[in-house]
Amino acid sequence: MKSLTNTMRVAPYVFVAPFLVAFLCFYLYPIGTTVLMSFQNVVPGQTSFIGLTNYARIVDADFLDALRVGFIYTFLTIAILVPLPIVFAVLLNSGAKRLNAVHRAMFFLPSLVSVVVAGTVFRLMFASTDKAIINSLLKLVGINPVDWIMGGAPQAMFLMVMLATWRWLGVNLIYFLSGLQSIPEELYEAAEMDGANPVQRFMRITLPLLKPTIIFVTTISIFGGFAMFEESYMFWQGLSPNNVGLTMVGLLFKRGFQQGDLGMASTYGLVLMLIVFTLSILQLKLFGFFKKED
Amino acid sequence: MAGNHSRFRPFWLIKYPLLFLAALVFLFPIVALVMATFRTGRDLMRFGITFQTLIPQSFDLKNYGYLIDGKDGLYLSWYKNSLIVTVFQTGFSLFLSSLVGYGLGVYRFVGRNAIFVLVLFVMLVPLQILILPLYSMMIDLGAMDTYWGAMLPFLVSPFAIFFFRQYAVGIPKDYLDAGRVDGLNEYAIFFKITAPLMAPAFGAMAILMAQQSWNNFIWPLIVMRTTQMLTLPIGLNSLLTPYGNNYNMLISGAAMASLPIIIVFFFFQKYFLSGLTTGGIKG
Repeated sequence: MKSLTNTMRVAPYVFVAPFLVAFLCFYLYPIGTTVLMSFQNVVPGQTSFIGLTNYARIVDADFLDALRVGFIYTFLTIAILVPLPIVFAVLLNSGAKRLNAVHRAMFFLPSLVSVVVAGTVFRLMFASTDKAIINSLLKLVGINPVDWIMGGAPQAMFLMVMLATWRWLGVNLIYFLSGLQSIPEELYEAAEMDGANPVQRFMRITLPLLKPTIIFVTTISIFGGFAMFEESYMFWQGLSPNNVGLTMVGLLFKRGFQQGDLGMASTYGLVLMLIVFTLSILQLKLFGFFKKED
Repeated sequence: MAGNHSRFRPFWLIKYPLLFLAALVFLFPIVALVMATFRTGRDLMRFGITFQTLIPQSFDLKNYGYLIDGKDGLYLSWYKNSLIVTVFQTGFSLFLSSLVGYGLGVYRFVGRNAIFVLVLFVMLVPLQILILPLYSMMIDLGAMDTYWGAMLPFLVSPFAIFFFRQYAVGIPKDYLDAGRVDGLNEYAIFFKITAPLMAPAFGAMAILMAQQSWNNFIWPLIVMRTTQMLTLPIGLNSLLTPYGNNYNMLISGAAMASLPIIIVFFFFQKYFLSGLTTGGIKG
């Protein structure tokens, strides 16, 4: 009997041990190393501490470009990938079950394929020739062919945001659908009896009760938006003209792997983490997330 | 508004055509991809995907042939690598993450809350930020260009821990006590009693993690070095070069790389969707 209570005391720690090991090896140690390297000039064999020098020289043209791309991209993806899936989710939450399931699957399908596959199709659809499908469609409404990939910053941003919208709308739709399903049906019935029209019901019941999901989706969009790398890499392989596709992770990649400046790259990583956490906390404050707890 | 009114409503005559149109736009790139596989790489290189691409003149399977004999069968090596990495990474991660999630969900012990907070924190740290130190670590371990190297940082998944934990919290304690009365130790209880009860959670996580592993990009891009060792996404990406893109292999290769996930999705849709939601929002 004693050995049984003993295992009961020890067992929980055995169960959680894999996480503790992984946390130490793949999170704590790398984060520690990153902090350390951000104060160093890392040259194989003669690494030296240089204090805050990396931080002092962080603001350069590349950094500002990456920051701009990060902010615009994050802002646009949130502006699209929160309201649009909410509309689709509301429409798909009532009506004919079978039809809804088919539509849901169609929206979700793009999130299944690899970003490389998505990037390949987008490159071909948005090819710069006037015969490519997007430019042909534009010609139908009288717009001249656009050089999407190499044409400039607005086109580049459009491509990245479109790719992200295509890949993630279905996922956010699922989040909002599950949020909607947790809203009690009685609320709508009561509102209907009080004579509330569908718009009023949406504004007064659906949106407020969907708030936790909106907060969740916005938070993951902030993290995903600033940590974006792949969407850009698909179009320019890390070398975009005039930095139109340069992101913070792209910059980290460039400094770290292409130029071998690990110290500077680490500094970018930490600054990125700082931006992302600050913005998330600001966002949570904005939504009044912390009020509940006090 | 909510719920399932399946009685016909006039509003449907506007709603479903609009939804269908929007859904078609989302499906379109996938249809275009499949149709483009019947075009020559030269055509795609010159014109991109055009209106003509959408109506194949012949179902020419030459591009699929390149996958088998093009570049000495390199594509098949990539497929094999992706399969190996996906199967083992998913297997290990399911096993290890379920242990942790179960431990956090079922037992009360000193440090439990602190560990759970750490799990939540780690879920938020983007791996992209840590690639440099992880890269140096793989060099020190001699894990560069190996299957292990591609899997190591993902062997314990914080999201899966969270998911399993949410599931384990709902397991009635009576099951555990019954096992103890039968003289099972805590580990035997997990393997014989509770793990089978968590089968739906295993299903959902198996699918989600396999998909993520199959499509993983940035990490294998760093770890895998020789062309024989590349996984599918990295291999396909390597066909895009400054000297011209090998669309012959790229387009059919992209289609074949997507096929397994799409098939799995149609058979196990329920698990796909529950894997996303159950753990997602409820704290």
